[in-house]
Amino acid sequence: MNIVVLLKQTFDTEAKIALDAGGQINRQGVSLIINPYDEFAVEEALRLKEKNGGEVTVVSAGPPEAQDALRQALAMGADKAVHITDPALDGADEYTAAAVLAKALEGLQCDLVLAGWRAVDDGSAQVAVRVAEILGLPQVNVVTRLEVADGKAVATRDIEGGSEVVEVPLPAVITAQKGLNEPRYPSMKGIMQAKKKPMQKLSLGDLGLDAGQAAPKVKALSYSLPSARSAGKIVPGEVAEAACELARLLREEAKII
Amino acid sequence: MAKGIWVFAEQREGKVKKVTYELLSSGRKIADQTGEELCAVLLGKGVAGLAEGLGEYGADKVYVAESDQLADYTTDGYTKVLADLIKDHQPSAVLLGCTITGRDLAARVAQRVGAGLMTDCTALELADGQLNFTRPIYAGKAFVKAASPEARPVMATVRPNVLSVDAPQAGRKAEVVNVPVNLAAGDIRQIIKDVVRQISTRPELTEADVIVSGGRGMKGPENFKVLEELADVLGAAVGASRAAVDAGWIAQSFQVGQTGKTVSPVLYIACGISGAIQHLAGMGSSKCIVAINKDPEANIFKVADYGIVGDLFEVVPIFAEECKKLQA
Repeated sequence: MNIVVLLKQTFDTEAKIALDAGGQINRQGVSLIINPYDEFAVEEALRLKEKNGGEVTVVSAGPPEAQDALRQALAMGADKAVHITDPALDGADEYTAAAVLAKALEGLQCDLVLAGWRAVDDGSAQVAVRVAEILGLPQVNVVTRLEVADGKAVATRDIEGGSEVVEVPLPAVITAQKGLNEPRYPSMKGIMQAKKKPMQKLSLGDLGLDAGQAAPKVKALSYSLPSARSAGKIVPGEVAEAACELARLLREEAKII
Repeated sequence: MAKGIWVFAEQREGKVKKVTYELLSSGRKIADQTGEELCAVLLGKGVAGLAEGLGEYGADKVYVAESDQLADYTTDGYTKVLADLIKDHQPSAVLLGCTITGRDLAARVAQRVGAGLMTDCTALELADGQLNFTRPIYAGKAFVKAASPEARPVMATVRPNVLSVDAPQAGRKAEVVNVPVNLAAGDIRQIIKDVVRQISTRPELTEADVIVSGGRGMKGPENFKVLEELADVLGAAVGASRAAVDAGWIAQSFQVGQTGKTVSPVLYIACGISGAIQHLAGMGSSKCIVAINKDPEANIFKVADYGIVGDLFEVVPIFAEECKKLQA
């Protein structure tokens, strides 16, 4: 079975966020990783391939450096990569990203599309769903367990206060939640092989899109940083004394219990 | 011209989610300023009785779509009904709670109706006739203020527990509009095979006013009992840091932080949590933070309003006992 994984390169979760002189998010010197949720998607795709055969294609829309994330997925074991990169994608929103990715997917025969349920940068959890809608495919989000057989996907997904098991016909879009699997590290051999695997680079023009067709709906107006919290007070005294004093402070000073 | 502020009235098993009232309260203020109607959209089976309450919280009109096929939430079923309603009535804005269901539904509907969508918003404002939304990015390490200047409706999901709820007006009535549901066989491709609910008397993590959270300092799964006892005294939810989840001491659904849930309770009590940047991102917007940790150098103390340097296994039970006494 052929699987496509939608992949995004994000800041490392360790990254501290700062604004540059122009008030934009400062990207200088930040280390970049595969969005951790997308890594679960890559791993799941590889496991399905190992079981059922077929091919895994990783697809990303992003700046030139995003090819490092794709290369890493190839090193994990994916077969080929498609990198959509175009200066016209600056300022892209989820609508734009989905339009571009869906267009790239039209040319690929696939039985299953996997992606992380959200990215750790913008956290918007929209792109895979929008791609599903454009392609007319059913979706199951925040999946922690996936079984694929007989043209169907049976997925366990998180719901509030529990989980549910949902069956959809293939092809379908499934988004990965933490807990789905434990992603592998690329082996030395994998890293060497990845250098020779195909990486197709596409511009909007190559996809037959112009910037107007994928123009964003949402505009960012300004960025800000949360007001820094300052350290409050350490409640003094022996343990028993401090614990009682804490309860008193929360009730009488903070008035919250 | 697009007109009307809409709120998706999320319910599960016949109970309206609190975030719905939060949205109605904020939606009411916007609708009053723009001179539009505030409408709630209620989907489900046997839910018509909930419409009354939505009127008391500010809705002028409630669209009610009832059907056996809407008894369980499915992406396909709910998307079709909501998107068709939007196409028919052309509202200017559609707001949903940023819950698992709200996220799943909003993105699909937004694409179908050609709308922009801002998710997990923590503030909204009307400025020069435009709705602006503020949303955390990088799990709360930064914020972006954004808008959908042209496409209508403007769509947004708003984080639960952030907007305040105004007192309901008893007897305030909304016009109820029953919506016919036209779902053909095959329209819904998701088949719900099973639902497993953890039986818990505690509130949902993202909706809780108080959260008692444990980290590496818990030392093992059996020790979460200490936190559960405190949680029950305070009517709190239990949470955990990534360290505790990765150690296998507690299920992933309890994780707070950049790869878990983002929470903003009134009171967050961090027990044996060092305060990694990813964890702080997930709970940094809590109104009051209490840290209990043996290590006086722990990062968590830098953001805590109150801290106790000490062994959580000694502190927490005494603290719980004292809270119980104060509440008596």
